[in-house]
Amino acid sequence: MTKTKQNVSSVQYRFGTVLRFFHSRRNFSVIFPANKMTELENINPNVYKKCEDRKLTIDDENEDVVDPFDEREVFDLIRNINDPEHPLTLEELHVLEQSLITVDNEKNSIDILFTPTIPHCSMATLIGLSIKVKLLRALPPRFNVTVEINPGTHASEHAVNKQLADKERVAAALENTHLMEVINQCISAPLK
Amino acid sequence: MGKLAFLQSLTGHAGRVWSSGWHPGGKIFASCGEDKTIRIWTKADSGRWTAQAVLADGHSRTIRDVCWSCCGQYLASASFDTTVAIWDKKSGEFECNATLEGHDNEVKSVTWSRSGNLLATCSRDKSVWIWEIHHHEDQEDEYECVAVLNVHTQDVKKVCWHPHEDVLASASYDNTIRLYRQDTMDNEWGPSALLESHSSTVWSIAFDATGKRLASASEDRTVKIWQEYAPDNSLGIPCPDNRPVWKCVCTLAGFHSRSIYDLDWCKQTGLLATACGDNMIKIFKEAADSNPNEPTFELLGTTAAHSQDVNKVVWNPACPGMLLSASDDGEIKLWQWNESD
Repeated sequence: MTKTKQNVSSVQYRFGTVLRFFHSRRNFSVIFPANKMTELENINPNVYKKCEDRKLTIDDENEDVVDPFDEREVFDLIRNINDPEHPLTLEELHVLEQSLITVDNEKNSIDILFTPTIPHCSMATLIGLSIKVKLLRALPPRFNVTVEINPGTHASEHAVNKQLADKERVAAALENTHLMEVINQCISAPLK
Repeated sequence: MGKLAFLQSLTGHAGRVWSSGWHPGGKIFASCGEDKTIRIWTKADSGRWTAQAVLADGHSRTIRDVCWSCCGQYLASASFDTTVAIWDKKSGEFECNATLEGHDNEVKSVTWSRSGNLLATCSRDKSVWIWEIHHHEDQEDEYECVAVLNVHTQDVKKVCWHPHEDVLASASYDNTIRLYRQDTMDNEWGPSALLESHSSTVWSIAFDATGKRLASASEDRTVKIWQEYAPDNSLGIPCPDNRPVWKCVCTLAGFHSRSIYDLDWCKQTGLLATACGDNMIKIFKEAADSNPNEPTFELLGTTAAHSQDVNKVVWNPACPGMLLSASDDGEIKLWQWNESD
């Protein structure tokens, strides 16, 4: 073991401190495996090409055509969320994919599956929360948004999903100004 | 069958309304929410309910729950700011005359015992606290913490007192319900029963009028009915340590399409109301020919009550069939259940 606490990057350390507010203390080690705390978790993530912008059709500009929410529209709202660790978007890291979004406009339900870059990613809850907050602000309140981990892609999948589904704990987290600063940074459009 | 007739919609809170509680007389109620205020509502001469007072300076974060004492003199409020405030009207106006501190994290629920001498609170910090109230004539009341119960392994969502005895129940994110009572030998509070069956967070619990049954509502989209079996019960159910055991005798599955955030079991009519994340209120009642040890509950009515999640349902304690609901859509609604439409 050559890596020690001195190697903690300031970014890592800051997120670690902030996230403490969101995670219950005793469960901390489940979400943050100790050996992962001190290093940048995924040094060389795979980077993928962005999809092309949506083409505007004549119907899109016609005010008389009913235009329900669809998967592409929801994907466009969240694809440019920044990864907490890398200067890349969730789309570029394949954390989010349009094919893993299900929208039922009639039933007011949106289900999103996201894929952490590695199975022990300690940022999974923060990423999920950023997706939730972005959609909470962008969509009409009638929608029930479910954000879950793509099954089989994370070690603490169940614990993270339960946390993200608990609207009371999400509400409490959103009242935490430190955590909201981090989330707002993730949500804000990347610098060109 | 029957029908839940809409009486009135009350607005005033900014944002989500988390909870609401009837005054024991049934002529006043309080509500609270993310806008950090408590509103006290009364019925005007016109028959319409209006906000009589807005208590705005008690908490610095979301107010998650409110509860009146059984004597009707005190109102307790539980907040994400980790404190519980006790309000009374001794001066003529509602004032916060005590703040209970001690929880490490958000307080999720608060409840007064039947006797009025005990108050229970629970928190994200996984603990349940029991407070004893010492009333003093012409002096400030004193609140003493008599127990800190750390049996749950996760966030505790709800606490609820037994309708007659000093028995407390709590529901948690750890999927279980716990019961607590005082040891007759040393008067120490401790856990007396563990109720395990739900597969996700238990959001709410309510006793029936007898206190021998408990209903629970969960994130797993089911309602469960639990029955107490005392030592020497006729069914031969073993009771280790000579303590009553609680068994799940009925599961209402398939009725709710999302998380069930609250329920209330009417002490007068026996009706069970549920509040769900699918915006619905549902009313259930035990079937007339139901076997007490394997009861059957019938769905009597479903009402699309709000435009967002329903967070709270509570029966009026004095006016049979009158129901109050509170929602994420910022509204509080009053309803009247009418048997046989």
